[in-house]
Order: sequence, then structure tokens, then C-alpha cells
Amino acid sequence: MAKKRHSPLPGFGLTLGFALFYLSVIVLIPLGALALRTSSLGWQEFWRLATTDRAIASYRLTFGASFIAAGINALFGTLLAWVLTRYEFPGRRLLDALVDFPFALPTAVAGLTLADLFEPNGWLGTWLVPLGIHGSYTRLGVILALTFTGLPFVVRTIQPVLENLERELEEAAATLGAGRARTFLTVVAPLMLPSLLTGFALSFGRAIGEYGSVVFISGNLPYKTEIAPYLIVMRLEEYNYGGAMVLAVVLLSISFVLLALINWLERWASRFQR
Amino acid sequence: MAGAPTRKRMARAEKSQRGSEESPLIKWTLILLAVLFCGIFLLLPLVNVFAQAFSKGVEHYWSALKHPESLAAIRLTLLVAVISVPLNVIFGLAAAWAIAKFEFPGKPLLLTLIDLPFSVSPIVAGLIFILLFGMQGYFGEWLIDRNIFIVFALPGIVLATVFITFPFVARELIPLMQAQGSDQEQAALTLGASGWQTFWYVTLPSVKWGLLYGVILCNSRAMGEFGAVSVVSGHIAGKTDTMPLRIEKLYNEYQGAAAFAVASLLALLALLTLFLKAYLEWKQQRNEGS
Repeated sequence: MAKKRHSPLPGFGLTLGFALFYLSVIVLIPLGALALRTSSLGWQEFWRLATTDRAIASYRLTFGASFIAAGINALFGTLLAWVLTRYEFPGRRLLDALVDFPFALPTAVAGLTLADLFEPNGWLGTWLVPLGIHGSYTRLGVILALTFTGLPFVVRTIQPVLENLERELEEAAATLGAGRARTFLTVVAPLMLPSLLTGFALSFGRAIGEYGSVVFISGNLPYKTEIAPYLIVMRLEEYNYGGAMVLAVVLLSISFVLLALINWLERWASRFQR
Repeated sequence: MAGAPTRKRMARAEKSQRGSEESPLIKWTLILLAVLFCGIFLLLPLVNVFAQAFSKGVEHYWSALKHPESLAAIRLTLLVAVISVPLNVIFGLAAAWAIAKFEFPGKPLLLTLIDLPFSVSPIVAGLIFILLFGMQGYFGEWLIDRNIFIVFALPGIVLATVFITFPFVARELIPLMQAQGSDQEQAALTLGASGWQTFWYVTLPSVKWGLLYGVILCNSRAMGEFGAVSVVSGHIAGKTDTMPLRIEKLYNEYQGAAAFAVASLLALLALLTLFLKAYLEWKQQRNEGS
């Protein structure tokens, strides 16, 4: 910890100064403007705009669908991370690369192609719609889109943890007579849990703010398939700036709480791994 | 690389008598499930993009791309990326230099603030610039009086894109430069190099792969951003429509194949991004190995 306070390298003032200036202009001042303008509304008006029926319906869908999508991702993300780190099979590298695909694909393209797949005459819709599973223009569609965009978060958070897991622990458990299922549940699962929770929270956080992939598939029906970010856009188009700002502040606050939670989870996890 | 560990693992599995390996049945069931899930949920949407883009024939595909409004959208998307990515590269280099090479109070806070745009919804990112520069915004009247257009014009689209892609380069560079320390730079300075020379000939070459990685991710997001740009663009056909916005417009006009044609370009960009990412990771691994 005895690092020298004064590094002999030049450029501290210039680089920090520029970084702070740029950060302020691009991020801090615009976000500050949102806070300032919203605070001028006053509490009563804020509460009224934040709790309109339509807003509450949109929160319900946004948080509910995000939660379910993050849950699906936690399940399949764990499966994928496990298969990718533990097994050798033909096509493993391709599968590994494919996991990043939702990160790389622009959300509008993701929304467009998912909407098309689940339409009654789409590749998946042809099979699913006769079974009564309607993917497009429904809440299920919202969940599908959010699952797609959030998947890499869980896989990429769990994968390094599984890679660094000491196999000796499992072998010790096996030597002591534990079956494979019991070893997994009592030895591996607890070690994976912090990263699984972090991945869940990251996926959930991404889903709350997600817009592009959802608007194509959901149909955006007020009270039914309208997510909160879409309602912000609607308010803006009505020139209802107050309504838009209030919803934005609600979304932002929840994102920040999640961010704090993720930071805390990561610190908790790193204490485990030492 | 794949040969040696596999043999070692197999030997170990035999020794522990399958104690720490699942039975083949479970193993292959899990693999099959994973492959099926990825096939249906990840690969199928990708294949569908190209299948739908060419569903009305190659002729229609090209004419959809050659439509003046599509061409304008492609040009605008490239222009926005060409402006936004270098801005974030300069910021990333400056922030990484200050954070990795110096000690100062408030560093953890600065790191958190750099990550902040990742947790802001794209729609909110667009909204904040409307609140500043829009008609009813803080600077709205001032800007109108001077005939300066930010919202519903190129500057607004660039601002929103820069906000969304803000952390990408900095996040790649900071840990890399922190890990490398500043011994080499100090040696260069002792030998009489100037600050800029040290940066150009010592620091930059040692982080070039990380920088390239950050640039690729930043560019991919910049070209594909939809939500934030959609709020500030104003959707003026041929003028402020980027490629993702053009896709939405075509889709809403029931021109599915044309929408997919434009989308196929962005899907290609995504594939190229993934390929370069895998290549750079492989390169980095090899560098660490040698």
C-alpha cells in the first residue's frame, strides 16, 4: 500500500481533467438535468404521474417479464456454462462463440427476427401457434425478447467461476462417498451461487431498460404489452415531458439500486473465492 | 491446445472412477439440451434474418438496399460511428492513463461513474438529451435563436450514441493498463523520452489489442443502437434515420423483406464483431502463453 503519491509520469492533470470534463458533459450534466427538472415537479405531482394506471401496468409487465426472463436465463445460463466448461464435444467452440451473439446483434435486428419467428406463419409460430402458444404481440413475446438479450450475462458471469473451481473438492466429496447429485448440490452449487445471483441481477437490470428487441415483438398495447420504456416514448410523443421524466426517474432509481446490489454481490463473491 | 488437457482429464476420470464426472447419459443429455437451446434460440434467429432478407429474391434484396433512404441510413450510421468511436477512444485512453498510472482520492467513485451508462435504459439516455437541447429543454430557446439544431439532427444522434457506448473502451483499457504498471514508462522517461513519446512508443503498443477489442465492441454498439437514437432522431426519412430506425420504419410499413435486407447488414456486422472478438481473445491467450 506504500504506493508513491507522486508518480514521475507526466500528464496527470491533462488526462484526469479531460476525463472528468468529458464525463460531466456526456453523463453527469444530462443526468443532473433530468433530476433537476423532475424535482421541480414537486412530490405530489411526481407521485401522481408515477402511479397512473397505465404506468403501473407497464411497471408490472417490465419487472415481471424481466424477472421471469432472468430466471430462465439463470437456468439455461447455468446449463450452458456447465456444458461449455466441463465437457469436450464437437462444436463446443462454436457454441461458446454463439453465446455472445445476443450481445453483438443490434437489438432492433433481434426484435425483428424474433417477432418474425413467432408469427403464425413464422418458422416457430407454425408449430407453436396451433398448440396455443402465441409468441408475437403477447406478454410471452416480451419475455422471449428479454431472455434473448439477457442470456450472455449469466453464462459469462458463471463461466469463469466454474473454470477456476478446484476439481479436487468434488473428487474429495466423491471419495467420501457422496453421489454426483449430492456433490453438485452441496459442493458445487454453493460456490456457484454468488456468480449465479450476479448474473441474474445483470440480466434483470438489462431487461428493465431494454427497448429495441421488445417493441417489435410485443405489439405495445397499453395496459397489456406495453413496457415502461415504451411508455416513456409515448409520453414524449404527446409532449408530456413531466410524465416521461417521472417514469425515467423511476426506472433509473431501480437500475441504481440494482447496480449497488451487484457491486455488493461481487464483493461478497470475491470474499468467498479467496 | 485441446489435446493435452483432455487426455489428462480422461486419465483423472478413470482414476476417480467417475466420482467427479457425470454418467455419460447425463452428460450427453445436458449437451443435447444446451445445443438444442442455442440452436433454437440463438442460431435460428440469425439464420432467419438472412432467409427472410432473401425471401423475395436477390433482386429484391439489392433494390431494398439501394433504396435512397436505405443508402442514406447506411451513410448516417457509418458517419455516427466514425464520430462517436474516436471520441470514446480518446476518453478511454485519457481515463485509463489517469486511473492506472496515478493514485488519487475518489478513484472508486470515478470507476463507478464510468460504468454508469451501462445501467441506464437507452430510452432514458435519449430523454436526457431532449431535456437539455429539445424545444422545451434548458438550452432549447438559446439554440433555436442561433439556428443550432442538436435534437432531431446529427449532433443529438451522436451525443446519444456516445452516451450509450461511453464505457466500452475505458473498461477494456483500465484493467489492462493497471496490470501493466508504469515501470516501462518510467524507464522510457529516464532514458530521455518525452511524455508523448512514452505514450506513443511504450504505452500504446502494449495495450493495442485491448484497445482494438474495446473499439470493436464500441463500434458494434454504436452502429446498432436503437432506443436512444430513436428518441433523439426525429425519424426524418433520408436525413436522421440510422439503419436500426430504417429497419423499424420498413417493418411498420409491412415491408418485411426490405426490413430484413437492411437488418442482414447489421447481422453481418454482429458476426464480424464476434469473429474479431474470438480472434483477439485467441491472440491474447497466445501472448500470455509465450
